[in-house]
Amino acid sequence: MAEPGKQPEGIVLTEEQKRKQRRRSVALALCIGGLVVLFYLITVVKLGPGILVRKL
Amino acid sequence: MTDAGLTRPSAALLSEAGPEDFFALLKPRVMSLVIFTALVGLVLAPGHIHPVLGAISIFAIAVGAGAAGALNMWYDADIDRVMGRTANRPVPAGRVSESEALSFGLILSVLSVGVLGLASNWFAAGLLAFTIFFYAVVYTMWLKRWTAQNIVIGGAAGAFPPMVGWAAVTASATIESFLLFLIIFIWTPPHFWALALVKSEDYARAGVPMLPVVAGEANTRLQILLYTALLAPTGLAPYAVGLAGPAYALVATLGGAGMLWLAVGVYRRREGKEATKACWRLFGFSILYLFALFAALLVERLFAMARFG
Repeated sequence: MAEPGKQPEGIVLTEEQKRKQRRRSVALALCIGGLVVLFYLITVVKLGPGILVRKL
Repeated sequence: MTDAGLTRPSAALLSEAGPEDFFALLKPRVMSLVIFTALVGLVLAPGHIHPVLGAISIFAIAVGAGAAGALNMWYDADIDRVMGRTANRPVPAGRVSESEALSFGLILSVLSVGVLGLASNWFAAGLLAFTIFFYAVVYTMWLKRWTAQNIVIGGAAGAFPPMVGWAAVTASATIESFLLFLIIFIWTPPHFWALALVKSEDYARAGVPMLPVVAGEANTRLQILLYTALLAPTGLAPYAVGLAGPAYALVATLGGAGMLWLAVGVYRRREGKEATKACWRLFGFSILYLFALFAALLVERLFAMARFG
């Protein structure tokens, strides 16, 4: 973190860029979560009760 | 050079795109038509699909169509920039970079095909992959800038979704699903050329060889009339092969007559505000016509399912 009165190092995001980056991250997280749910539903519906039938 | 000189330009290169810009890349209005026609194909198909898998299949088809739209916006950014109708799209407006649009389109293409394959079958997934390829490569990269027949052949991409929906249930392509394809395929030229007549200056400025730009307005009006004359009986084909009932036949007859009436209007009114109005009327009605045909197919089938199970 930059000391007060000192120029921060590296890339400095504008407030707008920070806000948009946060919103993109949330949207991406929701999409990945949605994909997990999709794969879960496909698995359960396709295998049905058979999901529990497996060799030990 | 100061530290600020090093950091600020880098920050300026960072994306300021919001999720809504990426959503716009999917061409949501086109996607809504894809969802609807694919749903009709899926419901009409003989056989059974689990409702959850059916819903996931429709979702995958919609995302696949959106991915093709994103790839189209990536490739066409240069011509979108000079056309009033498209200048505010995310890529030409500078909100999304070209590389972002490309990777977004590619990732969604792969995911949508994969999900459709897992949820339904790999024949449907292959057909969806071909649809994306046809729109993004055959239409966008090849036909659009090369020939005035661009939207005639390219229209196939928009016509595939009901076949993909049908294939999600049957894992096949039959004559009945081909008829659904054919209706949209023949509907596309008069629909787009009505718009192109009004926006021909835009297309000319962008160097896109749309029919009014290359062959002239008189020829375009004649072709609109000819394609509409072909469309009206094609709309009745599902009834002829027993895929649809009398209610659909009535909608197709009245809608086809309406399309013909408006196409004659476009052919006859060639100058001034009346000519522009005639084009907008045909363009607007053509959307309503296609929606009515597919809605009639859907409602008839749902009624039959409710009556006979």
